[in-house]
Amino acid sequence: MAETIRLEVSRYRPEVESEPTLQSYEVPYNKDWVILDALNYVKNQIDGSVTFRWSCRMGVCGSCGMMANGEPKLTCAVPLTDYDPTQPIRIEPLQFFPVVRDLVIDMSSFLEKLSNVKPWIIRDDVEATEAVEFRQTPVELDAYKQFSMCINCMICYSACPVIGLEPEFTGPAAIALAQRYNLDSRDKGKEERMDALDAHEGLWGCTFVGECTKVCPKNVDPAGAIQLYKMGSATDYLKSMLLPWGTK
Amino acid sequence: MSNPSLAPTRELKLYRRPISFWWWLDRPAYFKFVVRELTCLFVGAFAILTLLQVRAVGEGPEAYAAFAAMLASPAGIGFSVLAFLAAVYHTVTWFPAVQTTIVLRVGEQRVPGSVITGAHMAGWLVVSVVVAYIVLRG
Amino acid sequence: MASYSCDLLIVGGGGAGLRASIAAAEARPDLDVAVVSKVYPMRSHTVAAEGGAAAVIKSTDSLEAHAYDTVSGADWLCDQDVVEAFVDEAPREMVQLEHWGCPWSREPDGTVAVRPFGGMKVSRTWFAADKTGFHMLHSLFQTSLKYKSVKRYDEWFVSRLLVDDGRCAGVVAVEIATGEVHSILAKAVILCTGGCGKIFPFTTNANIKNGDGMALAYRAGAPLKDMEFVQYHPTGLPATGILITEATRAEGGWLVNKDGYRYLQDYALGTPEPKPVHRTMELGPRDRLSQAFIKEQERGRTLEGPYGHYVNLDIRHIGETVIDKKLPFVRELCLKYANLDPVHEVIPVRPVVHYIMGGVHTDIHGATPIAGLYAAGEAACVSLNGANRLGSNSLTECLVFGARAGRAAAEYVDGAPAPGAAVEAQASDEERRLRSLMDKTDGTERIADLRSEMQSTMEESAGIYRSGDSLAAGAETLGRLRQHARHLKLEDRSRTFNTEFISALELDYMLELAEIILRSGEQRTESRGAHQRTDFPARDDDNFLAHSLAYRNDDGSVRIEYSPVTITKWPPGARVYGKQ
Repeated sequence: MAETIRLEVSRYRPEVESEPTLQSYEVPYNKDWVILDALNYVKNQIDGSVTFRWSCRMGVCGSCGMMANGEPKLTCAVPLTDYDPTQPIRIEPLQFFPVVRDLVIDMSSFLEKLSNVKPWIIRDDVEATEAVEFRQTPVELDAYKQFSMCINCMICYSACPVIGLEPEFTGPAAIALAQRYNLDSRDKGKEERMDALDAHEGLWGCTFVGECTKVCPKNVDPAGAIQLYKMGSATDYLKSMLLPWGTK
Repeated sequence: MSNPSLAPTRELKLYRRPISFWWWLDRPAYFKFVVRELTCLFVGAFAILTLLQVRAVGEGPEAYAAFAAMLASPAGIGFSVLAFLAAVYHTVTWFPAVQTTIVLRVGEQRVPGSVITGAHMAGWLVVSVVVAYIVLRG
Repeated sequence: MASYSCDLLIVGGGGAGLRASIAAAEARPDLDVAVVSKVYPMRSHTVAAEGGAAAVIKSTDSLEAHAYDTVSGADWLCDQDVVEAFVDEAPREMVQLEHWGCPWSREPDGTVAVRPFGGMKVSRTWFAADKTGFHMLHSLFQTSLKYKSVKRYDEWFVSRLLVDDGRCAGVVAVEIATGEVHSILAKAVILCTGGCGKIFPFTTNANIKNGDGMALAYRAGAPLKDMEFVQYHPTGLPATGILITEATRAEGGWLVNKDGYRYLQDYALGTPEPKPVHRTMELGPRDRLSQAFIKEQERGRTLEGPYGHYVNLDIRHIGETVIDKKLPFVRELCLKYANLDPVHEVIPVRPVVHYIMGGVHTDIHGATPIAGLYAAGEAACVSLNGANRLGSNSLTECLVFGARAGRAAAEYVDGAPAPGAAVEAQASDEERRLRSLMDKTDGTERIADLRSEMQSTMEESAGIYRSGDSLAAGAETLGRLRQHARHLKLEDRSRTFNTEFISALELDYMLELAEIILRSGEQRTESRGAHQRTDFPARDDDNFLAHSLAYRNDDGSVRIEYSPVTITKWPPGARVYGKQ
C-alpha cells in the first residue's frame, strides 16, 4: 500500500457547534504535493464539506494561508515532504482572526485597515502629465520594491501577538504597504498617511517581536518597514523640536 | 472609512479563539521577545543603582565606602551579574534587529544587514574594551 | 431575499473590472458603482500574469507596428478597427497605471523599461520584473480604494443576470459567507469575470477561472464569439501547469528537445541566434510554438516523464544576475514547484491551456447585444486577439477595454430606465432554483469526478490539434456528463461559506461552455491560429474569415452563426516569422 499521511483538520460548523473540533483524514503522501493538494484530495475524494479558500496554487494570490502544526503557512507553497509521514499535520485557520467556517477566517478588518492607511499614490499634478511617465531610477524603485511584494495573505498577522492582544492594531502588512507608498519617489502623501498611523493602534502598537518578517512567504520584511517608519516619525519629531523654523 | 466592502447581510456566528495568558510560551520567538522586554527591568535598575552611587560619592567618603561594601556583598554581586547578563542578552538580540531599521547604500547596492549588525557588534566590543581599560587600569 | 441596488454593477474584481470601476467613478462621480466578486479583488487571476503588458512608448516603435504584429498574430481574425483603437489607447492607459504607482522596471535614466515578447517585432512590453500582473492588480485595487463612490460586494457569487424587456437590470448573487441569495439591481452590468481555463485539465489558470461571466451572458441571450480559439501557452511546468513566463525566452531562453537541439528552427520560425531576435524562434507566436511541440513529440524527439511529454527550457546562459533581477519569480516557482534551480538546470516544460480568445461578443465599446450589458477582459471577445493572442496584449486589453466599458456603461446609465417589476419575479425564480439545489439530498455524482472527466474529454477532443471526429466524440461525452450533472451529490449541508455549492454552480457553467467550444470548433472547417483541424489543415479565408457567434436555442442547444471580420488596413496575408 502506498504511503499515507494523516491530516488533522480543524472543523467549525457554526450552525451545529460552538467551537472547532479536529477531524482526521488519511491522504496519500505524494512527494509532488503541497499541503493544499492534500486538502483538495480530502475535498474531492473524502469529504466535500471541508471548507477553505484557495485559487492560484502558485503562491501569488494569497488565499490559502493556514496554520500547519501551529505555524502560519501559505499552504500552496509548502511541500508535504517537509513533514514526517508518521506524524499527523494539524491544519487550522490562521490564528488571531475570527473563524467563519472550518479553515476560513474573517479578514474584513484587514481590508478596512488597508483603506485607512491610504495605499495609493497621493499627489495632485497627475492630470498635467497624462502622456508622460514619471521618471523613477532603478535605485528609487529599489527603495520601496520589497514592500510592494505583499500578497495580503495575512500570514504576518497570524504571527503577530500584538494582533492577538489588540485586534485594533493596524498590523504588519498594512503598515508595510503604507511605507511602500511613503518610500515611492512618485508619492507626496507621507504626512497624510502619518495622520492615520501616528497613534497607539497605528505604528506605535508594534513592539518589534519581528515574527512577521520571519514568517512572510514573500520576504517583504514588514518589521523592517515598521521600524523604518518609526525612525522616520521620530526623526521628523526631533527635527521639528530642534529646528522649529523649517523642517520641510 | 473609505470604500468599505459590504458587511455581511446577516450576522455571522464567528468563533474567536481566546488568547491564553501563556501566549508567550506558544513560540520560542515570543518567549525570547518577552525575555528581551523583561531585561529592561534589570538595565533600568542598574541605571538607578548608578545614580545612587553618584549620590553616595557626593555624600562623602563614608557614605561611599558603605555603598561600595553593599555592592561587594553577595547580593550586590549577584545583582550585578544578573544585570550584566540581561544587558548582554538585550544587546545580542537587539543588534540583529537593527539591520532592518537602517537602509545604507553604497552606489546602487544596499549594504547587507549582516554588515550593519556586524558594525554594531564591533562598535560595542570597542566601547566595552575601552571602558574595561579605563576601569581596570587602576 | 434582500434586494440591493446601484447604478452600475461590475461583476469581477480583476484587472478589467477594477479598471472599469475607476473609469466609471471618474467619468461620473455621482453614480453608485459597485463591484461584485466571488473572491477578494486582489485574489483575482490577473495576479498571476508574469511577463508584461504591451504598449508603444519608445521612439523606435510605432502604433502601426504594434497593430500589424497583433493582426498577423491573430491570423487576421481580429477586427482591425478594434486593434487600432487598442494600440492607440494602450500607451495612455499604461502611463496612467504608472501614475497610480505600478512599480514598472526601469532604465537607468528612470524611463520605463521594455522587453521583447513573442510575435512582436519591436520591444514594447512593459514589465515589473516577472510579476507584472501581480503589481498591476494590486496597484489597481489599492488605487480603487480611494474612490468612495465604488462599493464592493466581496465574496458574492453571481448566478444569474436579470434581463427585463431586453435590458440587463442586475444580477442574482449568493453571498458566500452567509449563503443568502440576494438580487443586486443595476441599470447597467459589466462582466469582467475572466476566462475559463479550468474547463481543461492542464492549465495555468487558477481555480476560480470557470467562465462565469460567459455562461451568464450566454444564458441571458448574448452570443459567445470565437469560442473555438483556446490558447496553449508553450511553457508550463509539467506536474502542475504553473506558468513559466514567455519573458524567460524574451530574456534569451532556448527551447530544446531531448537532444539539446533548438527544434523550433525546423518549424518555419527562423534560424537560431545566440541572442533573442524579434518574431523569430523562441519569440514566435504561442500557437506556432505549441503546435511545434506536438510535431516534435510525433517525431519522437521530446522527453517523457511521469506527467507526459515535455521539452526543456534552458535559461542557464542568461546568468544568475539577470535571472534574479528580471526573472526572480521564475526562479522561485522552479525551486518550489519543480525542485530545480534554473540558474544551473534546464526547466522541463510543455504546452498548457492559458487563455481563451473567445468570449462574450462585444462591440468596440464593450457593449454586448443586450442593452445595458457590457463585458471586458478575457471574459469578453471584443475581437482584439482573433485566432491567437500575442503575449502581453491581454493585460493591456484589460486596461483599455475595461476603461472603455466603464465609461460607456456610465454614459448609458443616464438614459436607462429603472428595473421593472418583471425582474423581481425572475429573481425569486432564481432564488427557488438555488435553494432547491442547496437542499438537494438525493444526488449520486461527485463534483470532482464529473469535473475531471469533462477536463480530460476537452483535452482529448479540443487540444492543440482537433478533428471533426474528436470534436463530435467530445460533444457526445459532454452531453452525457451534463445529464449526470443533474444528479450532483452535495455533502455540505451548511449555509455558511459553502464552497461545495459554489463549485456545483461553477461546474454547471463550465459544462455549458465546454460544449460551446466543441460545437464552435466542429463548424469551423479550417485551420487558423490556435484552431488547428487535422482534417482541414489550411486557412480558408473564403468561408471562414468570419467570427463564429454561438447562441443558445430555447431547448438549450447551441446555434452557430457567423459575422464578418472588420478589415481596415491590413488585407489577409501569410504569417511569416523568422528572418525574411
